[in-house]
Amino acid sequence: MTSRPTDLLDKPAPLTTRPLKIVIAGGFASGKTTFVETISEIQPLTTEAPMTSLGLGIDQTGEVRTKTTTTVAMDFGRITFEQTMLYLFGTPGQDRFWFMWDELVRGAVGAVVIADTRRLADSFAPLDFFEQRGVPYVVVLNRFDGSLHHEISEVRDALGIVDTIPVLAVDVRERIDTKKVLISLVRHAIEQRTRGA
Amino acid sequence: MSDTPPSGGVAPRFVRQFALTQGRARSHGEDLALDTLVKITPVGERALPREMAERAAILRHVSSPMSIAEISARVGVHLGIARVIVSDLAAAGLVAVSEAITGDGRPDLPTLERLLNDLQAY
Repeated sequence: MTSRPTDLLDKPAPLTTRPLKIVIAGGFASGKTTFVETISEIQPLTTEAPMTSLGLGIDQTGEVRTKTTTTVAMDFGRITFEQTMLYLFGTPGQDRFWFMWDELVRGAVGAVVIADTRRLADSFAPLDFFEQRGVPYVVVLNRFDGSLHHEISEVRDALGIVDTIPVLAVDVRERIDTKKVLISLVRHAIEQRTRGA
Repeated sequence: MSDTPPSGGVAPRFVRQFALTQGRARSHGEDLALDTLVKITPVGERALPREMAERAAILRHVSSPMSIAEISARVGVHLGIARVIVSDLAAAGLVAVSEAITGDGRPDLPTLERLLNDLQAY
């Protein structure tokens, strides 16, 4: 009588609306936030997550002595559908925030890697990360000023991207382009699922 | 006392946020993912007038489903704090949350196919 299991009694049924997420990755200033801004139904938002003790010793601000002194900011947007809410999360740009990525990719539909063709080497790390974890991904070459600095085939060769992975040259400021990228990613995720990968 | 709060900067806001969760960085309840959806329940609506500060702010934001990341951004609390408060609210039955992902959590084929249709129509 005295030990009423409140958690069980009061626990509401789970929501029928389900979340889905797609991760938008790429180097600093590669166009991640622009991509999200273009396709999102809301103005992109930023959430601040406190850095874990992993970050201690890296950021010596000297201002605050609590354990979590630094925050990592993540930009994101969303699209609401009938039964699902699709969230688009931009990855924090700096390598030292990679510990966040594991949570970001857990359960994700897949990832969009925006490659800056002026700094191709920046894309190696995200590509490896998604490859190793079996996360479906597509690669986007952002057409800065409407032009590409490299052809798609050159980029494939340079980054070692196999033919089964879509590479798209788009303008991330164009809604139709970003929509095309997301559709391509979901198709790719379906193929990967179907193959049982 | 060796751990007097530091002065100025972002510290007071942060310390206050931490106080909201009684210093807990982790919740007693479920560990909620950043994309977990949250929605107020009838119990929560009845409780809202008695709730204060961030708990009330969160409840007011979730009349329709919203992710923890979005709650964090709109209410202006760190992600970890939002997780703890939402988890407490869920344990008290004031909000309902979407089901936690299992295994690798990758969406199944029917989910992906519906998303494809949704995106094509968007």
